[in-house]
Amino acid sequence: MSGQAAPVRSDLARRLRSGETSALPITALLVVIWIVFQALNGAFLSSDNLVNLTQQSAAAGVVALGVVLTLHLGQIDLSVGAVSGLAAAIVAVGSVTWGWPLALTLLAAVAAGLLVGLLYGVVHTRLGVPTFVFTLAGLLVVGGLQLRVLGDAGSVNLPFESWLVRFCQTAFIPPLASWLIVTAVVLVFALARLRDRARRLGAELAAPSLASVLGRVAALAAVLAGAVAYLGTDRGVGAVFALFVALVALTDLALRRTRWGRFVRAVGGDAEAARRAGVPVRPVLLAVFAACSTLAALGGVLAAGRLAAANQASGAVDVTLTAVAAAVIGGTSMYGGRGSAWSALLGILVIQSISTGLTLLNQDQSVRYVVTGLVLAVAVVVDALQRRAREA
Amino acid sequence: MTATEQAGTSAPTPVLSLRGVSRSFGAARALLDIDLDVYAHEVVAVVGDTGAGKSTLVGVLSGAQQPDEGQVLVDGSPVALADPASARSLGIAAVFQDLALCANLDVVENLFLGQEVVRGSLLDEVAMEKQAWNLLGQLAARVPSVRIPVAGLSSAQRRAVAIARSLLGEPRVILLDEPTASLGLTQVAEFLTLVERLRARGHAVLITSHSLSDLQAVADRIVVLRLGRTNGEFRADHVTYEDLLAAVTGVAR
Ligand SMILES: Nc1ncnc2c1ncn2[C@@H]1O[C@H](COP(=O)(O)OP(=O)(O)O)[C@@H](O)[C@H]1O
Ligand SMILES: [Mg+2]
Repeated sequence: MSGQAAPVRSDLARRLRSGETSALPITALLVVIWIVFQALNGAFLSSDNLVNLTQQSAAAGVVALGVVLTLHLGQIDLSVGAVSGLAAAIVAVGSVTWGWPLALTLLAAVAAGLLVGLLYGVVHTRLGVPTFVFTLAGLLVVGGLQLRVLGDAGSVNLPFESWLVRFCQTAFIPPLASWLIVTAVVLVFALARLRDRARRLGAELAAPSLASVLGRVAALAAVLAGAVAYLGTDRGVGAVFALFVALVALTDLALRRTRWGRFVRAVGGDAEAARRAGVPVRPVLLAVFAACSTLAALGGVLAAGRLAAANQASGAVDVTLTAVAAAVIGGTSMYGGRGSAWSALLGILVIQSISTGLTLLNQDQSVRYVVTGLVLAVAVVVDALQRRAREA
Repeated sequence: MTATEQAGTSAPTPVLSLRGVSRSFGAARALLDIDLDVYAHEVVAVVGDTGAGKSTLVGVLSGAQQPDEGQVLVDGSPVALADPASARSLGIAAVFQDLALCANLDVVENLFLGQEVVRGSLLDEVAMEKQAWNLLGQLAARVPSVRIPVAGLSSAQRRAVAIARSLLGEPRVILLDEPTASLGLTQVAEFLTLVERLRARGHAVLITSHSLSDLQAVADRIVVLRLGRTNGEFRADHVTYEDLLAAVTGVAR
């Protein structure tokens, strides 16, 4: 009876069509974008530019990671930008104007995000209000609070010597530490894969061949080592980008390998079926909204650090749009129940690459919007087609 | 051995009972003052026309719906089945009429949904997959892979997955809502064999159907529901088709 799993490669086409390999097409897209921009401007793939690109991706990427979580439920939080703006304002005004310790303002900002998310969760689970509309109301309220916190000045600068600014702008992981981290990650990955394979063989289940396991390990090692080596020819891997990637990896682990993650995907797929299977639907919804707003607040704090300022434009609608676009372009379905934490990373890299590439080509905002919009449109169409293929 | 035979030697306590249970949806009264007992080693068939209240009955027994009035008893003591998880922890499992599977999750994920096996704080996929093959093997269910989303399975395969899920953890009571509705004759026969095996293993089984004949071969007792009320209870080996038809339709013979 055991070991009848279909051969891995033969159904690749089906999985591509139905979107079960969401990371593959988007990685290919990223590579194409990079090749095109490199062909148009030789500076694009310079390590200097790539370091900037990664550093600029981090704050928006953290916001996008929260959006990925709500999209898993088939829900959307339109106020992530506003929450990130409020968080930026709290940190800047709190530490500069009010003279609070920076760490305390950071905690306050993240707590504010958590509170907003819990509120959304309660309203959604108790009253069944569609989050799409309710978070729109939240956007206005939170946006108003942000203006109030910023006060008349409307803009507060963070001192360059503050650790938040240094963390977001000039902190890079030292080369030795980078290599140690890469080695540790590859080793842990390899051991986990090998042990999993051994357990599957022991249980007489279909197991990947040793060659394919080693292939995956080698691929991971190559990507990580390549990135560290190449970015290392410039300033290296930024601390804030490393934090973002670590958050993505943790979220990925939570979504794929914990009960909570399974519940999230079940509720996103079919909430009533999940409820009847015994999934605690309300706590799951609450946790996801709370996590989304908390990540949005953290993203706002990082954006303030990167900019060394918070102002009325912090967390503008642009932030929400970028985060949602990144999540969807990255391959997380809008219909709920399907996606990956990695889509936040891949999606934001695509958007940032387009933005940076067009800037290098002296194109203005208008072109950037149009190109990003077209890529998003394609992503949405692909998502819809994959959904149809799954239902066929 | 049926409950009626047991009654001679000692008075067995029903595993699951309803006392005076009512449930309305606005003006529609889906269940009205229902009394019902289900014993171990017994198959109870609940038959009734469409809209008679069968699914609502299964909903109340499985914790998916709450009664407006009346009590649910497990082993003779009143319990509050606040949600399906609490029913499950009391040993009551259900296969719903619409199966209640998450189409985006694969077979293993659906089988163990809400009852995942964990190792440390991470899911133990190997243990779950192994057990999934065993369970499906017991049911002689043929699925191409336990790692494809349920959306890609035929309706018979999905039903097998839903039934396998209900068997997980050896529940004492298994509720099956219209399991034979979309089955062909051969499949019905296979299904009845499975139900007989469940009874032999000591499970209490409650099956609903809108067909009068499907379950007569396997049931010990047949309870007729009509417009939310119990309209007769019969020993399956004594009742005639005409008696059942009269009770189900409410037309006097
Ligand atoms: N969720 C619901 N909302 C409103 N009415 C319902 C709902 N569920 C069931 N009903 C009504 O309750 C009655 C019994 O339904 P049901 O239990 O589904 O019957 P059966 O399963 O025997 O066909 C029907 O009149 C039906 O319309
Ligand atoms: Mg029904």
